[in-house]
Amino acid sequence: MLATRAAQALPNGLVFKTSLFKITKWNSVLVFLSLLFSIPLAVIFGSLFFPEYEVWEHLRATVLTDYIGNSLALLVGVGFFSLLFGVIPAWMVTMYRFPLSRQLEWALLLPMSMPAYIIAYSYTGALDVAGPLQTMLREFTGWQYRDYWFPEVRSLGGAIAMLSLVLYPYIYLLARAAFIEQSVCVLEVSRTLGCNAVDAFRRVALPLARPSIMVGLSLVVMETLADYGTVQYFGVSAFTTGIFRTWFGLGNSLAAAQLSALLLMFVAVFLYLEKRSRKQARYHHTSSTYSSLMQQRLTKRQGFIALVVCAAPLVFGFIIPVSLLINWAVDTYAEVLGKDFYLLLFHSLLLAFVTSVLALAIALFMAYSNRNSPSLLNRIMVRFVSMGYAIPGTVIAVGVLIPFAWFDNSLDTLLMENLNINSGLLISGTVFTLVFAYLVRFLAVSINTVEAALVKIKPVMDEVAKTTGMRAGTIVKRIHIPMMRGSLLTALLLVFVDVLKELPATLILRPFNFNTLAVRTYELANEELLAEAAVPALAIVIAGIIPVIIISNSISRSRPGHE
Amino acid sequence: MKKLFIFLLILLQYQQVNAAEVNIYSARKEALIKPLLDQFTKESGIAVNIVTGKADTLLKRLEVEGRNTPADLLLTVDVARLIRAKEKGLFQQIESELLNQVIPENYRDDDKQWFGLSLRSRVIIYAPDRVNETDLDSYIDLADKKWADRICVRSSSNVYNQSLVAAMIANYGLEKAERWATGLVNNFARPPKGGDRDQIKAVAAGVCDVALVNNYYLAGMLESSQKSEIVAANKIKLFWPNQDGRGAHMNVSGAGVLKPAKHKKEAIQLLEFLVSDYAQQWYADTNHEYSINPEIESSSVLKSWGKFKADDLNLGLLGQYNTEAVLLMDRVGWK
Repeated sequence: MLATRAAQALPNGLVFKTSLFKITKWNSVLVFLSLLFSIPLAVIFGSLFFPEYEVWEHLRATVLTDYIGNSLALLVGVGFFSLLFGVIPAWMVTMYRFPLSRQLEWALLLPMSMPAYIIAYSYTGALDVAGPLQTMLREFTGWQYRDYWFPEVRSLGGAIAMLSLVLYPYIYLLARAAFIEQSVCVLEVSRTLGCNAVDAFRRVALPLARPSIMVGLSLVVMETLADYGTVQYFGVSAFTTGIFRTWFGLGNSLAAAQLSALLLMFVAVFLYLEKRSRKQARYHHTSSTYSSLMQQRLTKRQGFIALVVCAAPLVFGFIIPVSLLINWAVDTYAEVLGKDFYLLLFHSLLLAFVTSVLALAIALFMAYSNRNSPSLLNRIMVRFVSMGYAIPGTVIAVGVLIPFAWFDNSLDTLLMENLNINSGLLISGTVFTLVFAYLVRFLAVSINTVEAALVKIKPVMDEVAKTTGMRAGTIVKRIHIPMMRGSLLTALLLVFVDVLKELPATLILRPFNFNTLAVRTYELANEELLAEAAVPALAIVIAGIIPVIIISNSISRSRPGHE
Repeated sequence: MKKLFIFLLILLQYQQVNAAEVNIYSARKEALIKPLLDQFTKESGIAVNIVTGKADTLLKRLEVEGRNTPADLLLTVDVARLIRAKEKGLFQQIESELLNQVIPENYRDDDKQWFGLSLRSRVIIYAPDRVNETDLDSYIDLADKKWADRICVRSSSNVYNQSLVAAMIANYGLEKAERWATGLVNNFARPPKGGDRDQIKAVAAGVCDVALVNNYYLAGMLESSQKSEIVAANKIKLFWPNQDGRGAHMNVSGAGVLKPAKHKKEAIQLLEFLVSDYAQQWYADTNHEYSINPEIESSSVLKSWGKFKADDLNLGLLGQYNTEAVLLMDRVGWK
């Protein structure tokens, strides 16, 4: 591990000392915020104190092994393929020039705007036994259903494919940002030490980019565990389907919350192992000498191979499903578009905007508190809050519903008894509740992105800046923000796109007469009106494309020294 | 920061305040009820506010919101959830002569807490080129070995299947129902997936020969905007099960007025509107459900399926046996 050893040579004396519990003004605000956003998680964990032996015995005897097995298979499968689709193209478009490589740079992010349940709907519509392709095949050959083999879309394998195709951009995004930021010097040194191109990637670039890639992977893992729409539609009994079934079918919300708590523990273990595995190594970039990246031009044959490898995830994750949606939308857009439809669009954009701004502000605050006074308590709090990403939206929604309604009802009682004022439900059933739930669910995205960016700013820089008489605020404004601009924008827009796509929490918590594009898509698709659902689905994708392209541009420009 | 705060405050006030209004939590999808509600507003001047969602999450919301819930009325698409709401003590008793008059006794609650608004049946559909109509008989018969590898049905997470199994438990007892479900699952042509339309398409495509679906999905496909759905629907036929026995399994979509309702009068008015001839005709014509009022004419598609004998089982039992049905389906491996 060349890079690691180089990094360890850094004088460590300048790194801030860690204390266990340290209470400052900043810290107390941090603790307050963390506690606030931990309430829903605490509600879920709290359920563990009320064991439901009978239900658990039934689950264990019948379906629990299925849930765990399928969820693990999903995790491993989606993790593997998203790494494959994410890291390799990221390296290739950064280091090499080949046909369309410039376009692929941003286009590879596009599948991010596609909600997993929508890609699942569109592939099922096209590839299912009753879909146009297989129908044509049967008519053309005269075969019957059992006479030929065709991959079954609605299966565990299908679910892995669908989720990987829309989730790999998280890894691609962060891996590419890391590759772009790296210093060419380190790579060149590695070449002089006898590494070939593959070695330079494997032994230097990859370890250096590892923190970023791992952030991407943990987002993918958490998103996979929280997915309900796809697994449910494909009939895969995973943990989330189990949670819903226990709750809805058996009417036992306590046991359902316990299943969620178990799911959370999976995530906690994963996060812990990941942190531990890179504990000893520090990944600050060791050199700040940036010369422009020399992209190597590939030969015709190499270029063609590179093109196929890099374009595949884009074609299957975006171009094909969008074409299918357009094809359906052509038939139905006249009925679906209307005044009502623009209101949906407005609601979706409004929620996404408000949430992403708030999430960024909170993430910045938390990341800085943690950097300035890194106490164990802070670290635990921030980790705990970021676990919300792995919890299914429905469970979060209920975790929000219960304490908020309790607060409203208690306040109402208090006011009634003392002042005879009926305050009713003050915050329950408002947009505020909804935004709060989004924050609980998506804070992880902004916290992780901001932290990853902040980690890369060497503490030495702060020290140097301090010696020139800069105050903390100035350091943040003049040094950190310019260095992190790309990451901050990324954090903002990732949450924006995530909220656009969010369905279950919206469905449960929204106020009267308040619908979003995702809700409309779901309602139509759930009635199996796929053609009608295509129009709002396309609108989500289109609204998501714009921020995705902005993210990509800002990353390209984020390379230090970029003119 | 201050501006942001003000902005949030404005968002908080988003909910409209209206004098004559009624607030609905609805498990029925907006598109499948909105036109009726608009008509109600037009006729009565009462504004209707609606939140749609899954029945169980709406129940949870009602439960935690408690006495301060803004909702007046809960609409569901399955009787099991109406009964769950009743058991949780969410509904109040409603005295309405009109409702009692129009709705047959077995389609409304004995304690006058919930009322059926439209009827649907879970029927057998089959591919006439592979299945002889005379081979079909009852739900029980589908567990027979002759159907091995020939049946499609959706997941047991679906409440329509849960209610069908609950009806089997109510009619034949737990033991016989479990034996039946075991046989049925053994006859599945594929692991359950998709919705009811998917099962119809699967029969048309030759994956299986018979399937269990709600009647209005077939009707909806016959009048679909997609040519492929019409083609598929025309390849299959509907069979009324149990005609020599108890009759075809029935379910209702229905509603109840919530205990803390602040607009009780308006809520009852809306319920009465929903059983009016106009609304019932709309249910039949647009959604292809059977009217709760026997005197209303069915849509032409419904008529083409002819008259049938409906199981007159008290629907309250479907709610009572719901949990037992789910446990049973887990045991027999109905995914």
